[in-house]
Amino acid sequence: MTAKLLSISGLTKAYPGVVANDNVSFDIGESEVHALLGENGAGKSTLVKMIYGLVKPDSGTMTWKGQPFTPAEPKAARAAGVAMVFQHFSLFDALKVSENVALGMENPPPMGDLARRIRRVSETYGLPLDPNRVVGDLSAGERQRVEIIRCLLQDPKLLIMDEPTSVLTPQEVEILFKTLNKLKAEGTSILYISHKLEEIRTLCDHATILRLGKNVGECVPAETSAREMAELMVGDTLQTPTRTTDKTGEVVLDVSGLSLEPSNPFGTRLKNIHFTVRAGEILGLGGVAGNGQDELLAALSGETLTWKDAIKVNGKEVANLGPNARRRMGILAAPEERLGHAAAPDMSLTENALLTGAIREKLTAKGFVNWSATTTFAEKVIKAFDVRTPGPHVAARALSGGNLQKFVIGREVLQRPEVLIVNQPTWGVDAAAAAAIRQALLDLAAQGAAIVVISQDLDELMEISDRFGALNEGRLSDIRPAAGLTIDEIGLMMGGAHGMEVAHVGEDA
Amino acid sequence: MDLSAINPVLLVASLMVAATPLLLAAVGELVVEKAGVLNLGVEGMMIVGAISGFAISVETGSPLVGLVAAMIGGAVLSLLFAFLTQVALANQVASGLALTLFGLGLSALMGQSYVGIKPPAMARLDIPVLSDLPVIGPILFSHDPVLYIGIALTAGVWALLKYSRAGLILRAVGESHDAAHALGYNVIRVRVLAIMFGGACAGLGGAYISLIRVPQWTEGMTAGIGWIALALVVFASWKPWRVLLGAYLFGGINVLQLNLQAAGIAIPVEYLAMSPYLITILVLVIMSADKSRAPASLGRTFHASQ
Repeated sequence: MTAKLLSISGLTKAYPGVVANDNVSFDIGESEVHALLGENGAGKSTLVKMIYGLVKPDSGTMTWKGQPFTPAEPKAARAAGVAMVFQHFSLFDALKVSENVALGMENPPPMGDLARRIRRVSETYGLPLDPNRVVGDLSAGERQRVEIIRCLLQDPKLLIMDEPTSVLTPQEVEILFKTLNKLKAEGTSILYISHKLEEIRTLCDHATILRLGKNVGECVPAETSAREMAELMVGDTLQTPTRTTDKTGEVVLDVSGLSLEPSNPFGTRLKNIHFTVRAGEILGLGGVAGNGQDELLAALSGETLTWKDAIKVNGKEVANLGPNARRRMGILAAPEERLGHAAAPDMSLTENALLTGAIREKLTAKGFVNWSATTTFAEKVIKAFDVRTPGPHVAARALSGGNLQKFVIGREVLQRPEVLIVNQPTWGVDAAAAAAIRQALLDLAAQGAAIVVISQDLDELMEISDRFGALNEGRLSDIRPAAGLTIDEIGLMMGGAHGMEVAHVGEDA
Repeated sequence: MDLSAINPVLLVASLMVAATPLLLAAVGELVVEKAGVLNLGVEGMMIVGAISGFAISVETGSPLVGLVAAMIGGAVLSLLFAFLTQVALANQVASGLALTLFGLGLSALMGQSYVGIKPPAMARLDIPVLSDLPVIGPILFSHDPVLYIGIALTAGVWALLKYSRAGLILRAVGESHDAAHALGYNVIRVRVLAIMFGGACAGLGGAYISLIRVPQWTEGMTAGIGWIALALVVFASWKPWRVLLGAYLFGGINVLQLNLQAAGIAIPVEYLAMSPYLITILVLVIMSADKSRAPASLGRTFHASQ
């Protein structure tokens, strides 16, 4: 092993009620790509925040090139040569690319020089980017480039990347990996946080696995199977979702010629979308976020109304009916945004259960709410989907993302839908819970429901869908059987690498 | 009715005077809002500035010292708002309203012994030759210095926000305080400084009314200018030059309608009195129909959790 760049020993950080990091120790060598693996809530983010100077450890020491390292603020960490690409982008939508880059630097050059340096670095590393564009108009992949370039301009010794690939197409991931390998060859170390195990196996030299704040193991990813790593993360054997039957019935959901103007200026226009879903079938729709997923869900759930013949369910035209009319017919939906869209944050789980369950579960009568029935329904969801909460009286906001996700999916699944549309059903949910949600969707399909799963997690779509299509700039690709699709074919369906198509942006007018 | 009694040169000169308190307060509030803070206490800070400046200049005999005292008075009052919203994490709307009510009461108390006194006069600019030019002289070169400070402040704020690093950090804090915090900027410090700047500007604007425009002290003499300043910032789409335009438009129509009233025009006084508000808002609403929008974190409470 090469010389040590950063060694961490006995790092501990406790928050009221939880120990985020408990005596964590590991070393990062020079020119090493080191993976940090773990479930949600395993303490990965807290750990890197301590390295970046955003959070002070309660105890433990860090050593940087043999010297004690105690960054009091990010400025100090940046001065030492630590740079970080955040999981939730730390970008300012209303500002230009160059201004965003300048904000992340200690001593930025004048704007003109900076724009030239951004162009030069972006060309060197194959990350095309125009410094004068406003960040709010960029795609997720381009936004990430802004963050990476912001880091690269500071010649970092250690680049921390927190779940960088969750928003990228396979082709964009490939470009990112080329960039990272180039950096590694130039002597930069990378601390790579992800729970995508295959990526870690191809990219990383060494991996440290965290579970509940503790370091539970280390491995060389290339020599360890993804399953072994996953079981180290979960601390248990992993249940793979299984499907019980492949029988599909009649066409239930028939979408033909669905076009839709976006309701807000940053939305995507849906362009002539056609697909059908049969009873007992799961249709997986992939694509990078912002390519029409939210708009498609809104059109299918009834939030946005369209020409009545664009969407048919069991032969009935429903596209001009609102959500409640569709719920009566058994068409249910769970949108992506948990807080504020799928659930009202400050209302209790019981009240949230009422909001979508009132009609099918008959929780209201003559305009009055039947609270005991509603509570029973909420408790049923909590029990069936293993939602970890003190009870149904708890506000939705108080649940962790994964638990709330289980609740909002469970709430729809338990209403026995004939058609279910879900967007990002396992986003931010840990592996065990994600497996449970996928199993529930498969079981529901086995009972004869037609299901549309919109997701950006391709592994998930490959695991549960019968047929697969991809959204790209509001258009839907051809629908193809999921079995046997290669990652390259999927990538092309998703529109390839976004940076490579600057030349034909104007064609969708 | 005798419209010929209205002298256009004097009209333009006096509209600039009428607009200056509004301009000062609005430019200050613009900086505060660009940092993501909504301070509804502008009216309170103006009136406290008005009485602080008035009292100090009467006691010292120097209008200049009075103006500095007004800025300090406004800034000190704004620190109360900063403490409530940035340290105690109180609701910004409620705190701002409370600040206005508190400022009105406090100024009435402070001003009890100053009613009916005449403050020392502020010298006007008198440049040989230039000030004596016909038309241009009275309009451009013979005002009090604070009026020029107001215009310079607008230009300064515009340049600071557009070109300087400090301005960039200020906008970043107003745009996304979480991202700014993650990058290591001290959100609270930036916001407290912005709030104090806003307070000082509002205080100066208030003192301009009590020392230069009127000049005397009466209770509640700012008469809603602080509220107009707040509306002006929004309708000017958070752009300094539009604030200047809006302030001059408001001041201009105000002076014009007063002149029309004096000339005895056959329009009921109530319609004339409401015209500055209506026309200013109408013009700015039409202008703000472009893409510009509020700072994304405006009015949101920042707490550095995690």
